[in-house]
Amino acid sequence: MAHDAEVAALPPLRQVTEDFASDKQAFSVPWGKAMMWIFLLSDTFIFTCFLTSYMNVRLSTLVPWPNPSEVFSLNIGGQDIPLILIAIMTFVLITSSGTMALAVNYGYRRNRRYTVLLMVATAALGATFVSMQAFEWTKLILEGVRPWGNPWGAPQFGSAFFMITGFHGLHVSAGVIYLLTVARRVHNGFYEKRGSYETVEIAGLYWHFVDLVWVFIFAFFYLW
Amino acid sequence: MSQAEGQQHPLKIYLWIWLLLFVLSTFSYLVDYFHLHGMLRWSLIIIFMLLKAGFIVAIFMHMAWERLALKFAILIPPLCLLILIGFMAIEGDYTFLTRGTAFLR
Repeated sequence: MAHDAEVAALPPLRQVTEDFASDKQAFSVPWGKAMMWIFLLSDTFIFTCFLTSYMNVRLSTLVPWPNPSEVFSLNIGGQDIPLILIAIMTFVLITSSGTMALAVNYGYRRNRRYTVLLMVATAALGATFVSMQAFEWTKLILEGVRPWGNPWGAPQFGSAFFMITGFHGLHVSAGVIYLLTVARRVHNGFYEKRGSYETVEIAGLYWHFVDLVWVFIFAFFYLW
Repeated sequence: MSQAEGQQHPLKIYLWIWLLLFVLSTFSYLVDYFHLHGMLRWSLIIIFMLLKAGFIVAIFMHMAWERLALKFAILIPPLCLLILIGFMAIEGDYTFLTRGTAFLR
């Protein structure tokens, strides 16, 4: 792409006009990466719709909203620690984001061993996250939380909770499978033969996005 | 920035951002732990959230090193969600008031 290199030398705004108007591929990234970004953009809209509808029901209910700090507290050693499980889940997911970022880096360095190890570690942390979420769901269901009601206040709490965390948990589960699939191909030399590790970076984009969504869920659903 | 080898950056950047994300998460957890309330609580939550989101997108997802064309294509469309959020906030307030006058006396 000789032309692409010429465009890269231009000032930023001129780059944009050249990239979009020069009768060439608009985004100078592998197509899979551009497509993943566009998928993540659409996913952003889906999660924002969930969080916005949650905001709407929480604003409009006349019944007090259950206090998440108490609802999600755990009794450890005879003491109620607020939100502790959610805090641990947050740290698990951030750790997995870090291992994924390193996996992408080692992929581009052609270090297959480290890439596979870090991706498997990422998937394991993701699986841990989903298990903790399953534990949390079980606990809440046993305490009587349903999509149509709960013992502490506004009935919409349950539907918002199951919808938002459920959809996010589904993304994490899908991500674990996705990462393991890509890790297997790194392991058996598929990308080595093709001479490019961009698929690892694309899988990384998806995984970081899952972490990104959790940042917003943590802030708006659990802390607000 | 996208040569045949793709996005290659020193490990140090990732490790620093990783550490920073841990620190920011701890801070946002402490907001709840210390039972901060009102505007202070909400603004701290939002600030920590936006910082975390920004670092993840910019560094971990490499957006900082992408061409402006991709940045524009991905980061500008979500801004229209602000309109949705604004409308739904107004709508929620209105429903609250209507319910108040209809069901409470």
